[in-house]
Amino acid sequence: MTRLTDRFAALKAENRAALIPFIVAGDPDHATTFDILKGLPEAGADIIELGMPFSDPSADGPAIEKAAGRALKAGASMVRTLDLVRDFRKGDTTTPIVLMGYFNPIMAYGIDAFVKDAVNAGADGLIIVDLPPEEDAELREPATAAGLSVIRLATPTSTDARLATILDGASGFVYYVSVAGVTGQKSAASTDIAAAVARIRAQSDLPVAVGFGIRTPEQAAEVATHADAAVVGSAIVSRIEAGLDENGKPADGLVREVLGFVSGLKAGVARGRKP
Amino acid sequence: MADAPNSYRTGPDERGHFGPYGGRYVSETLMPLLLDLEKEYAKAKEDPAFLTELAELNRVYIGRPSPLYYAERLTEHLGGAKIYFKREELNHTGAHKINHAIGQVLLAKRMGKTRVIAETGAGQHGVATATVAARFGLECTVFMGAVDIERQKPNVFRMKLLGAEVQPVTSGSATLKDAMNEALRNWVTNVHDTFYIIGTVAGPHPYPMMVRDFQSIIGRETREQIMEAEGRLPNRLVACVGGGSNAMGLFHPFLDEPEIVMDAVEAAGHGVDTDQHAASISGGTPGVLHGNRTYLLQTPDGQIAEAHSISAGLDYPGIGPEHVWLHEAGRVNYVSATDDEALAAFRLTAELEGIIPALESSHAIAHIIRIAPDLPKDHVIVLNLSGRGDKDIFTVAKALGAEID
Repeated sequence: MTRLTDRFAALKAENRAALIPFIVAGDPDHATTFDILKGLPEAGADIIELGMPFSDPSADGPAIEKAAGRALKAGASMVRTLDLVRDFRKGDTTTPIVLMGYFNPIMAYGIDAFVKDAVNAGADGLIIVDLPPEEDAELREPATAAGLSVIRLATPTSTDARLATILDGASGFVYYVSVAGVTGQKSAASTDIAAAVARIRAQSDLPVAVGFGIRTPEQAAEVATHADAAVVGSAIVSRIEAGLDENGKPADGLVREVLGFVSGLKAGVARGRKP
Repeated sequence: MADAPNSYRTGPDERGHFGPYGGRYVSETLMPLLLDLEKEYAKAKEDPAFLTELAELNRVYIGRPSPLYYAERLTEHLGGAKIYFKREELNHTGAHKINHAIGQVLLAKRMGKTRVIAETGAGQHGVATATVAARFGLECTVFMGAVDIERQKPNVFRMKLLGAEVQPVTSGSATLKDAMNEALRNWVTNVHDTFYIIGTVAGPHPYPMMVRDFQSIIGRETREQIMEAEGRLPNRLVACVGGGSNAMGLFHPFLDEPEIVMDAVEAAGHGVDTDQHAASISGGTPGVLHGNRTYLLQTPDGQIAEAHSISAGLDYPGIGPEHVWLHEAGRVNYVSATDDEALAAFRLTAELEGIIPALESSHAIAHIIRIAPDLPKDHVIVLNLSGRGDKDIFTVAKALGAEID
């Protein structure tokens, strides 16, 4: 069993959906990311998605693009990202961490070295947005062999035939990108999400997480009624941006503010599953 | 050395790879559309109606074939090899970009798309896209870096006259790579009605193949024209490369002629030994960006570096994947020319031939200026004069310290 399967099994037993908050490693600086990371489980994170910053995040909207820019400017690197995971694991051995990002920094690090170091640091899964099933074997095969789940993405443009391709080789959970677009922009209609989740469940036993466009506790509650997990990224990252002073440094209370917002999302997710 | 393949012209494989390069490194949302496009393009290539329409538009709208011109005074001045220009700058809109824009807009129409988008650096591809969008009555948005908008004002105005919306991109280095990020973002958001007209032999499969095929008309015409002029094939082909569309268009039909030397000229900016250049093959490493695996200018940590070139059209930190494959196979030589060498070539061509070349093409001419004097007089070179330089006069004036506002 892995941390991810354990966590989803426990949630299922309690009829709860997961809240998966996303932050970018090193945004706005290494120390602040670590403070947020440490506080996330208590604030209600069931699983954490940690972004590996990339200079050219062409699948992301402005909020996450800017966050990656802030992180890189503050000295973020793949080594530092894995440091964050390793340090987090010293205090928390149960909350799964999924690393999300683009393929190029992994190639530059070296695929085998990355897989080994990510596992040793305590990461549990990978979401690489520019590696569709056609291209992911070179990372997915060593990663799954080392115990890292490679999470596949399904989208509103996925036909049933395409879903079969996506699900063949998926592990951990399925990430349903609920709108055709970039992160942090439009939101999907609840009925569309319900239908899509049902379509995926018809073909797979993996848990289904839904992300893109979830910004409020109310939207998180809606998603939790249909799916196994709600992913919130841009809305949290925007709270980090709002908590910076005029010099781009974290103002007092930034960490508290961000964790408070996450607690609100968690309450929403919990409400979504009340009978 | 590895054995040479039987042919250099069979790529890519069915998954869009040229050796390890190329591929489809895009978000899942785009995959179904790319698979559709691949199928539709395969059908169109075999459809006589499509080919007839393309041929007719090439003839009466672009003005093809473009002439092959003996650059007599440049040849005499350099005193060695015999130099021909393939005059792509005489095409409608002033560059080779219209060749692939026409082809792609016909595919967009075939697929029922009502809107086209494009990224642009120098503005030539943006103008070409805005032109074909106007011609076929499609809505058009062109993404252009704010820095490039500033240095290519005439083309920005041209695009607007043609009815396109020019969307300034301020993220990153605000140049071509950032424009391409923004175009990809827009595409994924409007995938139902929008066709992305990519401006070079890069991006996810099938784009590098498709753009190459549409551009190959340059090399096919050159073959006929040089046979007529010289009664034989040329000894050498020379073209500039940023993404590499005009070079691929000239080279591809000749790749299996082992006697023909091919030189692709990258932009060395202030020099490939500085951090101010755009020479992805001379100074880059393998990576993945904008849907394909290729060589990129990047940091050791895999962050994309900013490119620099005086010519906006070459100012890109990557190159088409087929070029990388041809480089590793040793079939094409990748060399470079600096900003200063390109400027000198720009002026010399204007003075000797009465032709103002694009700064992009001036890089290729700069290479010829270096090598032609030492080559025999019966060494025939065809240079792809990929664009005209009217758009560059402000940049050149600034570099020369002249005031023309």
